Amino acid sequence: MGWAIAVHGGAGDISRSLPHDRRQPREEALRHCLQIGVEALESNLPPLDVVELVVRELENIPHFNAGRGSVLTSEGTVEMEASIMDGNTMRCGAVSGLTTVVNAVSLARLVMEKTPHIYLAFDGAEQFAREQIHLHCRIFQGVEIVDSSHFITPENVERLKLAKEANRVQIDYNAQPIQNDTKKEKPCANGDSQIGTVGCVAVDSHGNLASATSTGGLVNKMSGRIGDTPVIGAGTYANELCAVSATGKGESIIRGTVARDVAALMEFKGLSLKEAADCVVHERTPKGTVGLIAVSAAGEVVMSFNTTGMFRGFATEDGYSEVAIWSDAQVE
Amino acid sequence: MGWAIALHGGAGDIPLSLTLGSRWPREEALHHCLQIGVEALKAKKPPLDVVELVVRELENIPQFNAGKGSVLTNKGTVEMEASIMDGRTKNCGAVSGLKTVVNAVSLARLVMEKTPHVYLAFHGAEEFAKEQGVETADSSHFITAENVERLKQAKEAHRVQIDYTQPLQNGTKEETSNSNGEVQLGTVGCVAVDSYGNLASATSTGGLVNKRVGRIGDSPIIGAGTYANELCAVSVTGEGEAILRAAVARDVAAMMEFKGVSLEEAASYVIHDCMPKGTAGLVAVSATGEVAMPYNTTGMFRACATEDGYSEVAIWSAS
Repeated sequence: MGWAIAVHGGAGDISRSLPHDRRQPREEALRHCLQIGVEALESNLPPLDVVELVVRELENIPHFNAGRGSVLTSEGTVEMEASIMDGNTMRCGAVSGLTTVVNAVSLARLVMEKTPHIYLAFDGAEQFAREQIHLHCRIFQGVEIVDSSHFITPENVERLKLAKEANRVQIDYNAQPIQNDTKKEKPCANGDSQIGTVGCVAVDSHGNLASATSTGGLVNKMSGRIGDTPVIGAGTYANELCAVSATGKGESIIRGTVARDVAALMEFKGLSLKEAADCVVHERTPKGTVGLIAVSAAGEVVMSFNTTGMFRGFATEDGYSEVAIWSDAQVE
Repeated sequence: MGWAIALHGGAGDIPLSLTLGSRWPREEALHHCLQIGVEALKAKKPPLDVVELVVRELENIPQFNAGKGSVLTNKGTVEMEASIMDGRTKNCGAVSGLKTVVNAVSLARLVMEKTPHVYLAFHGAEEFAKEQGVETADSSHFITAENVERLKQAKEAHRVQIDYTQPLQNGTKEETSNSNGEVQLGTVGCVAVDSYGNLASATSTGGLVNKRVGRIGDSPIIGAGTYANELCAVSVTGEGEAILRAAVARDVAAMMEFKGVSLEEAASYVIHDCMPKGTAGLVAVSATGEVAMPYNTTGMFRACATEDGYSEVAIWSAS
């Protein structure tokens, strides 16, 4: 046994012909975030702190669909959401509909710790963020508020434009939005599954587990649309057996109660982490819609996906670490 | 096998000394809603239509915490939420943060059927409601004097209530209102199965008294307050946060599927063994027409009926 950590930057129809300049920054970012998580675990920070820390980093990186770099609603705005769960206590926090809060995952944690509630959304959540800052007179535990424009990137403006032209709601972005005249990229070929969401799961050497997930949602989503990411049991779950963070098509993940099902299969059917994750991903959720990362109390790691690829990375105490996008094996 | 239907008007610390004046209209309402559901099933309406119909009725009845009669946020406003799920297809719809929509459950169904999404909330949901032309009303339609009073008491006690035991009325001492301060009623819901085994569930609520604006509970969360698949349909009521954490509705179905236990066993286990006492109750039906209505609170307003002619309306247990 020992600590273990996994991160993801979204599952989807990530083209294998993804050009280097699109691939490298994301791989680099995953390595960086993984390193932050590893150092935190090595210095004995509780997994709940670790997953929050790592997801904050992922939110701040504009290449992923969370925080800065969030995809846009049909109105061209951002509506960010996140959730966090502590496997030991099963306490959890969630937020939706954020437009000015820099780190949604941290606000979710504050909902968990500073209110009698689990889930706050839209104006009420924004109001809560302001109260927290006011109470503490300045940036407090990283609850920072900025103008919405901070989160919006030209790439995402372009993606929204494409989606509108194709009159389609994308998971968020396929390979990439068409840039200038490049023919290299096959944008939105399927029009359907793409990348989305960031997340982190961690377990320490005592078996304490935690999970956190954050996202901007679906490109061109209706304002007010909530996906799986803030829904406990769908996008995020942690208990004494495992911690899970899911990514992909939000609606399918909600319907499939994905994160909870992994834990339920372990608990009620006695499956191993890998068996449970593979069962949920490959047998119980439509192909091309989901990926997840999970760790068990015993320090195992699983990263399962039924999409073309999933930006991911993991590390374990025995020194092993990996960052990847596609599988080594052929797609089943 | 045959059709079956069960509905609830909230689980909580319903005092046994509940006055007739408080008790009778609710029992009457449960009878009425049950009858509507039974007739719909007899007329071979799909369970999805049945649960929507019944929950709409429950929402329109001011004595229950949903639609008209919803409890109030800390700002004295209503924020209603609901969800609905079709067991056969596992399609689902949910809404939160509604202020003017008369029937949240119907809007949830429209989200399911008319959008590529599952869940819409707050302004976006209200916008969608306008586009769809569903019935809306001014907030005052939903706010009752009882709930204004409950909010006042909750604020005085600095407390968020599940919703209401009963507010103190005049000088009455008959009602042990808020004695525990903790657990009271909340939510309405309905589950139904037809004679072919098609299942559906729907849940609707105003939430917790004195909740923060923007607070979402278990009712619109698929897997927490509502769930339906090919094995069973479940609608949960009680303390939203505890229900969310425990994925109650999903777990009943998961236990049946992964452990092979019966509806009765699964429902009982989740309520009595997995949930803190005083926090939850549920109604559930299985594909084979069984019904379960366990609760770990003092009482749960509930009713059920099955095709073989059995029917029941109750608040507390028989024993």
